[in-house]
Amino acid sequence: MLTGEPMHLVDYTNADAVKQVPTRNGFGEGLVEAGKRNPNVVGVCADLSESTRMQGFRDTFPERYIEVGVHEQLLVAMSAGLAAAGKVPFIASYAMFCPGRAWEQVRTTMALNETNVKIAGAHAGVSVGPDGATHQAIEDIAIMRPIPNMIVVVPCDSTQAKKATLAVAEHWGPTYLRFGREKSAVITTEDTPFEIGKAQIFREGSDVAIVACGILVYNALIAAEQLKAEHGIEALVLNNHTVKPMDCAGVIDVARRCGAVVTVEEHQVAGGMGSRVAEILAENEPVPIEFIGVRDHFGQSGTPAELIEYYGMGSGAIKEAALRAYERKRQR
Amino acid sequence: MVRMAEISQATLTELEATSNKIRQSIIEMLTEAGSGHSAGSLDMADVFTALYFHVMRNDPNNPEWEDRDRLLLSAGHICPVRYAAMAHRGYFPIQELMTLRKFGSRLQGHPERIRLPSVETTSGPLGEGVAQGAGMAYAAKMDKKDWRVYVVTSDAEHQAGLHWEAAMFAGHYKLNNLINIIDRNFIQIDGDTEKIMTLEPLADKYRSFGWHVLECDGHDMQAIVGAYDSAKAVTDKPTVIIAHTIPGKGVGYMEGDYTWHGKPPSAKEAEEALRELRASLEEIEAKA
Repeated sequence: MLTGEPMHLVDYTNADAVKQVPTRNGFGEGLVEAGKRNPNVVGVCADLSESTRMQGFRDTFPERYIEVGVHEQLLVAMSAGLAAAGKVPFIASYAMFCPGRAWEQVRTTMALNETNVKIAGAHAGVSVGPDGATHQAIEDIAIMRPIPNMIVVVPCDSTQAKKATLAVAEHWGPTYLRFGREKSAVITTEDTPFEIGKAQIFREGSDVAIVACGILVYNALIAAEQLKAEHGIEALVLNNHTVKPMDCAGVIDVARRCGAVVTVEEHQVAGGMGSRVAEILAENEPVPIEFIGVRDHFGQSGTPAELIEYYGMGSGAIKEAALRAYERKRQR
Repeated sequence: MVRMAEISQATLTELEATSNKIRQSIIEMLTEAGSGHSAGSLDMADVFTALYFHVMRNDPNNPEWEDRDRLLLSAGHICPVRYAAMAHRGYFPIQELMTLRKFGSRLQGHPERIRLPSVETTSGPLGEGVAQGAGMAYAAKMDKKDWRVYVVTSDAEHQAGLHWEAAMFAGHYKLNNLINIIDRNFIQIDGDTEKIMTLEPLADKYRSFGWHVLECDGHDMQAIVGAYDSAKAVTDKPTVIIAHTIPGKGVGYMEGDYTWHGKPPSAKEAEEALRELRASLEEIEAKA
């Protein structure tokens, strides 16, 4: 875990200071930079170059951009072939279709085959909004996490998304990067460190630990401020961006220090980041855990804000979960 | 049908004898393993012999040679024929074939890229070979490399959607460095391919996807080599060779019987098969 290190966050309590940018934008910028650094980086897309933000790479490196059309299984398997021949393919679609539609190709041609393919899954979570349930991937972490060799990274904002893209470009291994469609709060800065597999303490506290990933890290931070203002409770917030390999020591450490945990993710509670946290803590540091996420429902059309609230992932719901976890700790 | 290759009688006899020996190894290893796929393995012995011993740029002493031609077995279940061909070519000791499907073996029940150098892909889930081969072929073109990609597919795996995604891609990008050969034996696990799910007109399907199409007798060495020679000369399209084969070829009681698709011979059946194959080998060598 990155501990004691300054995180150089923006003043997220000042809404005016917080810029709103989709995490997929960070991917687009990171990929162009990765392409400049490594001539073997290749972009492959399944007819979604604009909305996955791959068009920047396409326009900068047309000779290294491959369009496959609406062929998500091919997107994965063909790219495994590119990787076997020495390329570093970044492949993009909506998370629902890749990895969603292409799971067996991901398992066989990427993971078992040990090929250095990087999936960028855009439009993950219910915050996709008006497109509705068909396009809202909320099971993708669950299908990727159990696959041996797979790296799974869920950046918390667009600035971190860019760093994560550059980091995985240089780190060998089949990888899944998860991005959102909607504009979301930018809480990190150029100076905020990033390392695959190293969770980050974004706010110190000793009463309860909120372990979050993705765009909901911001909601977790807001909930922590509310807990302090309204209840005098100091919540630690851990940005647990690498779902696999998870920072086990970091998760155990914050659970030990706080004695109660809330996990927060824009994903089904079943099989997600929080499930992995629960596995680690059940074996090593059993403390009360509350889970924030979608509970066995599909999404639907609506505004991102409406849907985040409706499915219980707003800062108020996180605050309530933290109070429950804190109370369970006190009653032990 | 294709033009016959001009190869000497001595070379022809040598290739046919090698193919026979590979069939004998297939029988021995499948019997020892106690499970595995007999019919397809036997019927592709001639094609694998042609590839490893005549057509393909490969070096058993340097299996991961950067400029090697890539051979992908998409229908991973017939891997005994590939393993046997590799062993006879000198990639590893023939004795190692007896470890097929056993714990700790490099010769997994379905081939794995990370366990055995130069098998190129992990295969078994059907319909994935041409897709991966197309990626390799595309990369070769990007890097201006002259190695080719050879894929071996089964006929029944042409029922998989991904295969046609890949066929469309290869046609669109005119990957002439990609050559797919189909083991057209008309059988699959549940029976006749045309009764299970019609594949015909297979050649027309490929033509409409922008491929150059060749057909040959998959047990005629001159025809197989001739087809590959023609395919190498194509400059603007990927090529498919529809190789007409007889499932279980070389072992009389298996030939044409789909029930041998997914099972090995018993020890007694193996003895009979080997007797027949040895007699055939004597006939081949007598021609020399």
